[in-house]
Amino acid sequence: MGKQGVGAALPRREDDRFLRGRGRYVADIAMAGMREVAFLRSPVAHGIVRGVRAPQGSMVFTMADLDGVQPIRAPSALPGFRRTDQWPLANGRVRQVGEPIAMIVAATRAEAEDILDAITLDIEELPPATDMLAHRAGPPIHEGWADNVVLHSLVEDDLSAVQAPIVVRRRLRTARQHMAPLEGRGVVARWDTRLAQLEMHTSSQMVHVTKTGLAECLGLPESAVRIISPDVGGGFGYKGILLQEEVAIGWLARRLGGTPLRWIEDRREGLSAQANCREHHYDITVHADHDGTILALDCEAHVDVGAYSAYPFSACLEGAQIGSILPGPYVVPRYRCRTWSVATNKPPILPYRGVARTGVCYALETTLDAVARAGGLDPIAVRLRNLPGPADMPYTNVTKKIFDSGDYPEALRRAAEAMDREGFAARQRAARDEGRLLGQGFAIFCEQGAHGTSVYHGWGIPFVPGAEPCQARLTPDGGLELRVGVHSHGQGMETTLAQVAHEILGVPVERVQLIHGDTALTPYSTGTWGSRCAVMAGGAVAEACTELRNRLLPIGQHLLQAPDAVFEDGAVRAGNASVTVAEMARTFHRAPQNLTEAMQARGLECTAGHKTVRDTGTFSYAAHAVEIEVDPATGHVDLLRYVIVEDGGVLLNPLVADGQVLGGTAQGIGTALFEEMPYDAAGQPLASTFADYMLPGASDVPDIEILHMETPSPISRFGQKGIGESGAIGPPAAIVNAINDAIAHLGREVTDIPATPERVLAALAAPAIHGPADTGRPNRGGAA
Amino acid sequence: MKPVAFEHSTATTLDEARALLTAGAKPLAGGQSLGPMLNLRLVRPEHVVDIKRLPGLRGFTESETHLTLGAATTHAEIEDGRVPDVTNGLMRHVAQGIAYRAVRNRGTLGGSLAHADPAADWPSVMAALGATLLTSGGRRLPADGFVRAPFTTLLEDGEIITAVEIPRLPPGARWGYCKINRKIGEFAKAIGIATPTRLLAGAVEGPPTLLDRVEDIPARLPWLDAAAQRLAAIAVTRAQAMRDS
Repeated sequence: MGKQGVGAALPRREDDRFLRGRGRYVADIAMAGMREVAFLRSPVAHGIVRGVRAPQGSMVFTMADLDGVQPIRAPSALPGFRRTDQWPLANGRVRQVGEPIAMIVAATRAEAEDILDAITLDIEELPPATDMLAHRAGPPIHEGWADNVVLHSLVEDDLSAVQAPIVVRRRLRTARQHMAPLEGRGVVARWDTRLAQLEMHTSSQMVHVTKTGLAECLGLPESAVRIISPDVGGGFGYKGILLQEEVAIGWLARRLGGTPLRWIEDRREGLSAQANCREHHYDITVHADHDGTILALDCEAHVDVGAYSAYPFSACLEGAQIGSILPGPYVVPRYRCRTWSVATNKPPILPYRGVARTGVCYALETTLDAVARAGGLDPIAVRLRNLPGPADMPYTNVTKKIFDSGDYPEALRRAAEAMDREGFAARQRAARDEGRLLGQGFAIFCEQGAHGTSVYHGWGIPFVPGAEPCQARLTPDGGLELRVGVHSHGQGMETTLAQVAHEILGVPVERVQLIHGDTALTPYSTGTWGSRCAVMAGGAVAEACTELRNRLLPIGQHLLQAPDAVFEDGAVRAGNASVTVAEMARTFHRAPQNLTEAMQARGLECTAGHKTVRDTGTFSYAAHAVEIEVDPATGHVDLLRYVIVEDGGVLLNPLVADGQVLGGTAQGIGTALFEEMPYDAAGQPLASTFADYMLPGASDVPDIEILHMETPSPISRFGQKGIGESGAIGPPAAIVNAINDAIAHLGREVTDIPATPERVLAALAAPAIHGPADTGRPNRGGAA
Repeated sequence: MKPVAFEHSTATTLDEARALLTAGAKPLAGGQSLGPMLNLRLVRPEHVVDIKRLPGLRGFTESETHLTLGAATTHAEIEDGRVPDVTNGLMRHVAQGIAYRAVRNRGTLGGSLAHADPAADWPSVMAALGATLLTSGGRRLPADGFVRAPFTTLLEDGEIITAVEIPRLPPGARWGYCKINRKIGEFAKAIGIATPTRLLAGAVEGPPTLLDRVEDIPARLPWLDAAAQRLAAIAVTRAQAMRDS
């Protein structure tokens, strides 16, 4: 048995069951007498439901049946935020295609769909709002609103005195996306008559938040709701939302008093009806000096938040985040950013891996490359001129973010070196002579993770994370149970958190059991999101295990009759004598007569909470570098090489960290080149199957080379930083910078992602962009 | 996404299949196109008849001049070389680029031809190779001209493809195959094929079309818009270059 503690590259323990197909997901649950649910969904983007006529004798429910059920409400305390009411089933109006109107119950899903087909639906159509720019001012999609602005946020510096020789303005758009986890959403629920409790299995990344939200909507005490998320096949934010379907099924399960109900989202429902993400528009201007030093950053950004504010993160998250993180990793002396979060007749958006970072990194990094081109500068040099150095750490940036530690310039230099930046120019010229278009692109960003109370309190959303809890329990046979309120669904926590416990208690990783995903078995937590688990749950496990160790030490000293004995390597030791954790656990549980009364009273089970030294978050950072070839005839982009220099602080497990970065990068490649959820002018989704919604496949992801730096965070327990979302942030910026590098000599640029062959061809056919002549003016005034 | 209720039966003789199909049943071979369409309720047949175990639909025969493949031969069997190749590797190359392995394990040569999705590979390849389709009606239909329009073929009601007769390419004869699609495994936007004697533009909204030269595309494929004609020309030009290199 080799080293198993913090930093050990242990293979993931959970992979054994996943790779053998032995994971157990919501759709694997079968209960006697279980009935199936299907939802009648709105076929129109905006309308008033005038009538729902169901066939005689069928079990069909509409909102009128759901007595006492409250709408889902995800408010924000940010000034001017407009709340929405999202009813579990349509209550008069429908505001997106796919909005649930009626709930159908039958013996099988096919029969439920037969009934669904036979329902006559009378809807009066209303004109939809489908474009965040065109429909910002209206017509409003919510009654009583003057326009469609959910939130307008403002970071305002006076830029009037800025005199910059280089002024580059770009208008950029990122597509609406679908998160597409392997496993979609799903619910199996029943009323437990013994406990008088709703027992709901649901594919969620935050069981406790779901429980609270569900209890509120159903008017139940929290003791009457238990949420269980078994194995979950990918979350990415898609499972960080309270669903209308959960509320409707919860109501019905209680009413039926024992009959289990099941609804498994199918792929068409997922793609066309459930939440989306990422749709941003930027009008961004960088003011820079001759040498590329940023003098000011000015931006007007729009976010298409869809029809409703999703619970709990609300419709404010992306827009407010853009304002606070657009300056990226850089020193920006003056900064102005106005954002509008605009309601449209589309599904709500949720924070997808990377949240707003993917969009802002794309906007800022592609515009910085345009600055380099305008000034005849090297894009690496421009970045190096503006990054804070290691001596500046901790660095407080223009929006008061505190970058905790790291050497940002070194990450970029290593990436450039790995890409043979020096030799590339010659290769690029030689390729051009053969009619081939090669390009290199770089992006650097930092990722705030595990930020806590003070950050989220400011946004006033329904959940503010506090101390992250862990319950640790030693069993009579020397095993260790860890109960955490976060959920592991790909993050490898059944391995990494066991490693943390091993680090403190020396219990072999094989003897550590992680219990998660069940509100009845785990301490209350906001769950898995925000790249927080390695730092917060990792810290919580360390706290709880430290407390256990503090309780074990006197037991060991007593058993050894050695008051100076110390805890070391899983045992209390005095000279050659030792008593192991397993022996102490056995004594405590099965031979308490050998202990003092005080030792017996304290127990070998404890709950501890963890907060970082400062709750402003860890800042991991990474440089992404890519070499591509553009096919000038077809517009196809081939990824030739991809290098990532990543600093996640002290890595709990380098293998797991690599897995997180690789998975995120594949998703980022999807954002850059493939994924797009288009809507037509009537608000109809144009990609309702995977034939139309294009995800990157294995053959579209190159071998990704990851180089690690490990600068400890001064605020976390082991120096670890959150990196769960990092991989998904950099690719669109790096890849489009590479495309623009490949076609720069033609004076052309791609501005919108994904950079599909059609968009690349359009860029190649577009009038050339001339540096200084097209740099535009500083962006002033509020109107779109 | 569950199909409407339908009867399902497995035909054991061609006559039995013909009777059911003539009465309106949908034939099911690999199910890789029909399955999703059933689930999406885009087709709502009352009866589905499984034809892949019909006598004669599996296996192959070889002659001096031809290979005859049963229509229920899967893409994977062609990809893996479990049936002979008389096209100097062209068919194996094509097979390994169809969708994903899971689809190739079930999807069949005859099913792909009969479905006549313009984005599919086999309708174009068989037309380029000058193959002949043998049907349950005893007809011999040239692959070139078999697809009349997207999803429309010369097959009559109740008639199915039973085998495909593929002429041998001469030893050493070269070919070129270029498929333009968003990513590996996705539906093609254009296919260009160059055999020693023929050029073909396929996978566009219409039947695969034999060409004398690339420049004929605007005249021979007038239903395509300029962008689609351009893509087809790129595919054919690249296939030609591959053949001649």
